[in-house]
Amino acid sequence: MVTPLLELRDVCKSFGATDVLTDISLRVHPGEVLCLLGDNGAGKSTLIKILSGVHQPTTGRIEANGEAVVFRSPRDASTHGIATVHQFGGTFPLMTIGRSFFVGAEPTKWRGPFRRFDRKFAGGIAVQEMQSLGITRVTDGDRLVGGLSGGERQALAIARAVYFGAKLLILDEPTAALGVKEAAHVLRIIMQARQKGIAVVLVTHHVTHAMTVGDHFAVLIRGALAADFRKGERSREEITDLMAGGEAMAELEAEIESYTKEGQL
Amino acid sequence: MTTTHVAAPPKPRVAAPSGMSIGDLARRPETGALIGTISVFVFFAIFGGGQFLSAGGAASWLNVAAELGIIAIPVGLLMIAGELDLSVGSVLASSSMTVAIVSGYWGAPVIVGIVAALLLGLVVGFLNGLLVTRTGVPSFIVTLATLFGLSGLTLGLSRVITGTTSVALDPGPQAKQLLGTLVAGKFEVAIFWWIAAIVVIGWLLHFSPWGNWVFAVGGDKESARTTGIPVQGVKIALFTASAFGAAVVGVIQSILYNSAQVANGQSFVFNSIIAVVIGGVLLTGGYGSVVGVVLGTLTFSIVSQGIYYTGWNSDWAALILGVLILAAVLMNNTFRRMALSYAPRMKKKG
Ligand SMILES: Nc1ncnc2c1ncn2[C@@H]1O[C@H](COP(=O)(O)OP(=O)(O)OP(=O)(O)O)[C@@H](O)[C@H]1O
Ligand SMILES: [Mg+2]
Repeated sequence: MVTPLLELRDVCKSFGATDVLTDISLRVHPGEVLCLLGDNGAGKSTLIKILSGVHQPTTGRIEANGEAVVFRSPRDASTHGIATVHQFGGTFPLMTIGRSFFVGAEPTKWRGPFRRFDRKFAGGIAVQEMQSLGITRVTDGDRLVGGLSGGERQALAIARAVYFGAKLLILDEPTAALGVKEAAHVLRIIMQARQKGIAVVLVTHHVTHAMTVGDHFAVLIRGALAADFRKGERSREEITDLMAGGEAMAELEAEIESYTKEGQL
Repeated sequence: MTTTHVAAPPKPRVAAPSGMSIGDLARRPETGALIGTISVFVFFAIFGGGQFLSAGGAASWLNVAAELGIIAIPVGLLMIAGELDLSVGSVLASSSMTVAIVSGYWGAPVIVGIVAALLLGLVVGFLNGLLVTRTGVPSFIVTLATLFGLSGLTLGLSRVITGTTSVALDPGPQAKQLLGTLVAGKFEVAIFWWIAAIVVIGWLLHFSPWGNWVFAVGGDKESARTTGIPVQGVKIALFTASAFGAAVVGVIQSILYNSAQVANGQSFVFNSIIAVVIGGVLLTGGYGSVVGVVLGTLTFSIVSQGIYYTGWNSDWAALILGVLILAAVLMNNTFRRMALSYAPRMKKKG
């Protein structure tokens, strides 16, 4: 079997006395989309923060390409090619597209003490990278990020990660606040990244979105890995129930329906 | 940390540049400030008459602007990075007392006093930065504590050492020439130091790659940290710069007036914030410009000095300033919203 890009072995995480994650073992492979599913408070964001170096596991270990690694900071994780996009794109609303794209890796022109930020180059690359992800409405690198739509911001953050050579892209609910069309754009961008051989970890509460792009699914229930399966191994109903934390959604839906009927009487 | 690119710039489909349009102007952070400066200038040119417009009139507000500006520019940078510095008033007082005590009371060469005073500024600023970044206590509180603590320390030490709260200083011709003379009998030499600060810091913020970090740190600290830029280092450097600016003005005042008082400089605490905010810097960080801060400083000085040329009671100056602050901030908000929603009209691809 090929060595996974990143592997978690028996990872536990507690904050003081509360155990948030227990014995999580997971593998992330290049060119695959891993969907991380689970109810509110199941521990998805915490798991992602461990992958991206924000938190350290209490016990257990992380391996990158078969070797044990410790991520002490987001910076450590990003040197291993791990890029995380937080819910609102994690970008700078009042900076221009070009400037925010290159924060921390500013392109420069001229030499010596007059070395200066190359605004044209930065804006040009940022716009080009976004357009290559199909965001053709953005044509001006001097626009402010805060003026972009939610989907465009996600695209900007993903474009940035891809441009700087991310091998693993972590997306925490990237479609949460988006309309149907924008969400579809983001899903397409995820598929484009996957095609380039990038591994994607996707957190979503949306069954359809998960089933559209996912190759591999991991379900967390109260911090434990309740199910770990591949595309096509479970039905839509089973996945929905798992995402709801293991309760039968059908019963709940039937109950909701009974209220609707009562209302109509 | 920075990369020099080798690839030729790409040619994506970008909006065709069409010179300076209304849209371009609206999305600059200093547009509101420019309107403010022009408005108050015209206002006092009308009501202040020829006296206000004369060289003497110009000198009166330029001198105020220069001293305020040397402090306001680094304070503005700090605000862009999302932090406040209220301690500048006490830093100014302590540095002006330091140069007066070291070189006036103890009689050391004036250069020793100047270096000691500037070092004091650097140390206080560094400590401010260290305290804010290490403890996570808001800079408003930390620098408020420094403002009071340092002011008490200055008063206490001055009394212990000299027995008074006011110390005379004979700076000698060279120091006087460089820091405390009046050019053409009217214009403080500080004006030239202010211009130098504008050029250097303007370059750093808007053209050097490092300036990008300042905006990123103030725009979103967490995102900035994940990109790997040294957020704490940037903040410490900016706190140090802001206290250094205040120390420079303290030295300039001592040398200009040949004496120092412990109560000097407290007006700069609020005035620097007023200048910066009128200049279009967002109080919560992430947005602003050096040109804007310069314009805000000019607006403040024109109002505070212009009132004397109108023949009205100068008591009204503070009222005008109060109204002006509110109007300026509302206008800056409007322009910022315009900048956010601004998108160039797509040109047909040629
Ligand atoms: N820093 C922390 N200290 C203490 N408890 C925490 C901390 N971070 C998270 N938790 C707890 O861990 C649990 C899991 O939180 P987490 O944010 O990972 O859930 P999630 O699966 O992302 O939920 P959602 O779908 O609502 O985003 C929650 O009960 C939360 O209260
Ligand atoms: Mg979450």
